[in-house]
Amino acid sequence: MAKPDATAALLSIRHLTIEGRSDSGLVEIVRDIDLDLARGEVLGLIGESGAGKSTLGLAAMGFTRDGCRVTGGSIVFDGKNLTAANEDHRRRLLGSRIAYVAQSAAAAFNPAHRLIDQSVEAAVQHGICARLEAVQQAIALYRRMQLPHPEEIGFRYPHQVSGGQLQRAMSAMAMVAKPDLIIFDEPTTALDVTTQIEVLAAIRHAVKAIGTAAIYISHDLALVAQMADRIMVLRNGRLVEEADTRTMIASPREAYTKSLWAVRSFRATLKAAVPAGETPLLRVKDVTAAYGAVPVLHEVSLDVHKGRTVAVVGESGSGKSTLARTITGLLPPNTGSISIAGRKLPASFRDRAKDDLRRVQMIVQMPDTALNPRQRVRDAVGRPLEFYLGLKGDAKERRLRQLFSEIELDPDRYADRYPGELSGGQKQRVCIARALAAEPELIICDEITSALDQLVAEEILKLLDRLQRERELSYLFITHDLATVRAIADDLVVMKDGRVVEAGSRETMFSPPHHPYTDLLLSSVPEMDPDWLDRTINRRRRAAILTGAAGTAADGAGR
Amino acid sequence: MTNLATAFRAAPPTAWFGLVVTTLIFFVALLAPVIAPYGQTQIVGPEFAPWSNSHLLGTDNLGRDMATRMIYGARNTVGVALATTLLAFLLGGSAGLLAGTVRGWADQLLGRFVDIIMAIPSLIFALLLLAIFGTSIASLILIIAGLESTRFFRLARALALGISALDYVEAARLRGEGLGWLIYREILPNAAAPLIAEFGLRLCFAFLFIATLSFLGLGIQPPTADWGSMVRDNAVLITYGDITPLLPAAAIALLTVAVNFIVDWLLQRSSGLKD
Amino acid sequence: MRSLAAMILKRIGLGFVTLAIVSFIVFFAVYLLPGDLAEEILGQARTPETVANIRHELGLDRPAGTRYIEWIGGVLTGDFGRSLASGRSIAELTGSRLVNTFFLAGFAATISLPLSIALGLAAALYRGRLIDRSINVAALTAISLPEFFVAYILILALSVKAGLVPSLASVNPDTPLAERFYRTILPVVTLTLAVAAHVIRLTRAAIVNLMANQYIEMARLKGLKPSRVIVRHALPNALAPIINVVVLNLAYLIVGVVVVEVVFGYPGLGQLLVDAVAKRDIPVVQATCLIFASTYIVLNLIADVLTIALDPRLLHQR
Repeated sequence: MAKPDATAALLSIRHLTIEGRSDSGLVEIVRDIDLDLARGEVLGLIGESGAGKSTLGLAAMGFTRDGCRVTGGSIVFDGKNLTAANEDHRRRLLGSRIAYVAQSAAAAFNPAHRLIDQSVEAAVQHGICARLEAVQQAIALYRRMQLPHPEEIGFRYPHQVSGGQLQRAMSAMAMVAKPDLIIFDEPTTALDVTTQIEVLAAIRHAVKAIGTAAIYISHDLALVAQMADRIMVLRNGRLVEEADTRTMIASPREAYTKSLWAVRSFRATLKAAVPAGETPLLRVKDVTAAYGAVPVLHEVSLDVHKGRTVAVVGESGSGKSTLARTITGLLPPNTGSISIAGRKLPASFRDRAKDDLRRVQMIVQMPDTALNPRQRVRDAVGRPLEFYLGLKGDAKERRLRQLFSEIELDPDRYADRYPGELSGGQKQRVCIARALAAEPELIICDEITSALDQLVAEEILKLLDRLQRERELSYLFITHDLATVRAIADDLVVMKDGRVVEAGSRETMFSPPHHPYTDLLLSSVPEMDPDWLDRTINRRRRAAILTGAAGTAADGAGR
Repeated sequence: MTNLATAFRAAPPTAWFGLVVTTLIFFVALLAPVIAPYGQTQIVGPEFAPWSNSHLLGTDNLGRDMATRMIYGARNTVGVALATTLLAFLLGGSAGLLAGTVRGWADQLLGRFVDIIMAIPSLIFALLLLAIFGTSIASLILIIAGLESTRFFRLARALALGISALDYVEAARLRGEGLGWLIYREILPNAAAPLIAEFGLRLCFAFLFIATLSFLGLGIQPPTADWGSMVRDNAVLITYGDITPLLPAAAIALLTVAVNFIVDWLLQRSSGLKD
Repeated sequence: MRSLAAMILKRIGLGFVTLAIVSFIVFFAVYLLPGDLAEEILGQARTPETVANIRHELGLDRPAGTRYIEWIGGVLTGDFGRSLASGRSIAELTGSRLVNTFFLAGFAATISLPLSIALGLAAALYRGRLIDRSINVAALTAISLPEFFVAYILILALSVKAGLVPSLASVNPDTPLAERFYRTILPVVTLTLAVAAHVIRLTRAAIVNLMANQYIEMARLKGLKPSRVIVRHALPNALAPIINVVVLNLAYLIVGVVVVEVVFGYPGLGQLLVDAVAKRDIPVVQATCLIFASTYIVLNLIADVLTIALDPRLLHQR
């Protein structure tokens, strides 16, 4: 091992270019990137999908995925040039001096082995310490990562442990060999917000305690701001801007960075209060539903009034998507009723009249699967015109062109394309046009922005807001993302474990006092402030001490 | 399908080989009566005559022209295999698509039935049924088509199940579309590529299967010329070091290799597009 | 652990149900024929007496249900009835042939299994390289060759031209073991070639699938030696797919064995079956089909039970 030199950078990447195979031949995933990292420093890599941040993160380990290769530049780790080193040499650094934490811990843990065996494997195999010592070290790290029962949890298999706990165990695993550098590749993206904050706090606590350097990769700026000393913004494989975290948050220089900042500032126009006694457009009353024998919804009630947006918020497993399925009639409720404009609808969509089906349209999360890949978008949008409104020939064509302009896509350029030839945001626009074609009164939007990059998502929200004003549409907005709720909702319904926890208008819901769960949910959303995590954790700890419920912060995340 | 031409240009040599051989054999089969020098059952010389100008590949165990029978063999063996696979494809494919889209008890029942049929190796099942029904061309086609349809059923059902679960099919259901639209407009176009690839694979299988049965004396019956029984009838020549009886076997192999190469290329192309 | 045992028991129960249904099918398939089977078998040469005789032999003159009970009762006690053609006891006919067939299939499996799994692994691990592409093309070609083609080429090359091995695999119960091995070399090589092509492709696909798992990348990112990645991380999860491959291999063997026995004149069950089908000796066909089908079902059953038992997720319940 080379002598640690405090002055030299731990990692120094120069003019790095990485090429990868794609459908359209070779593309440069990472282009001419320079990166320096000092010992003990935490660097945040941020960018939208396709920015090349994961590829760059892996390259920092001297590793490229199948189909990718380094075509230029150098990666120097602690004085050793990884691009020039042979395979065996690079391998010896991995797991011992550079470790990796993957996005999906559930997929990255081997189902055949116990957590503890996997945790100590790298340290033992690289001859860093004896197995017994490594086990002690791992248990200490489990404790540091605030895993429940640190002495025993390692003897479980991955499928016996919850997602949030697995993610913490994976971070602990990376630290057992006391590496100089850890790459965190979106380690909390797959988690719910209330779990995420626990994992974030645990990771940061442990990273500080062992003094390792880290590269923290994320698409979420507020998140990176909590973790990193310095931030690099990437776009399409290029560096956009680099600065220390506080400077970057306070005064971003580049237009692209500023636009990322601005995303969260969009607010839909507020509407007048609902006139007393108005019949709601949609009324869900005491709906109970189950998948087979598993109950999912318990006496859920909510109203959506004409021209308003109601957001249903909850974490995974809260039953919010199931609610959408019962409203559309895909999952007939066991008890309770669904009414449109005061008239009760049959439980199953099969029994509903064509005109009732027309009045409620749905847009879903994944625009990739929402459009038939073998249908031109013209046919996808045209079908409801023909099916519901009986439009044909010129009339249909005129309406089609009008719909395309409404969703801000040029009909001459896009109408004859297949979905595969559109971007994610464009596909979601086409889905909106398809819903609009039916001339609906209510559109159910199920997580429609969560698969999109922030800038694109904001455009979609703006589009929906404009359409609502023009057409007096009602939206039922199902989401886990509170930023989206803040932007677009008039009314808010918070769900947990299949029940409505709290409901009310946006103004009342976003200002205290809250129901405890609403409070937990709201306070878990990362804010664009480097001190947010400390502040929130401290506040919760104080509250926990006050209520005498110490330790719940550590145990609560495991579900 | 828009850039078929570029796809062909980019095809690997194996695929090209497959395309050329298949086309060639197809035309030989189509034009058999025109190309063949003699009739397929016509006795034209002594038994086991060697290769000569009048009999390019010699004569067989009854004194019929080998070359003629090779040409007709293409027609008969390929024809029967094609008919069998087509029947199985239509039968199993449509039942599978329907079962996978509608689900419910009919699907359960069909599924169990197919499971049972597939629990018996198909050659064994075919032999049982041939012993009972006899070895006419019609029973041969019906039996093998029946057995093969289970494979198409499984695939079509799995595809339909998978595609039905996708949001765009759900959207069509919620729109109130009928079963016909769901299957023909939403599911079938997306299931077509794997179904066609499977058709190629099963065609190869049926072709080998029929040739094998004929070779065992239980398939296409004499005096109809077919490649499998031609090997059987003339196998004795091999012990004298004569390769003539291997020619029909080689023809079987050549065609199967060719179709397999094409299917392999198609599968790679479609899987490559998915990533 | 309780549910693991329950799953295995359930699978075994299902296996027995399948066996019962298959015996049903084998027996009642006879009744699917429109018209009279006895008349059909005898064809032009029939007389009222011979028809009545055959009907009696086949039990068509008695209620089907009773006949099935008699038949399956006999099968379970080792009595398969009598051959229509020779009048001999079927149990006697199949006895030594069953041993011969298992010998041949077993011999072929011991060679083809390790060979094809090794080649499949090699192709998967060196994916995209020359060795993978050549194995792939060779396997694809071999799949397309009918067994009898391979058999005759081997006979021509190794027996007729080179004179190394006998072209006929005639054995009898008195043939010494070493002699048996020698005489069955050609059938075994033929079977190996036929089966290996399939197994190589299946193994390759299974391993490629496995290696695409994220925990394999994680193992590599831990800097583990490639050998350890394979042995420690891939292999424990590969057992189930490999067992499936083995069983499919055996399925191909069962089919292949029928053809190979005919080509090489090997006195096994397959040859008996083909002869019986040609003569429409229904009782013999039913008996041999039942034996082949049961073997296949039992093998499948064993594989499924092993797969369930080896799944780490099921092995270590919550």
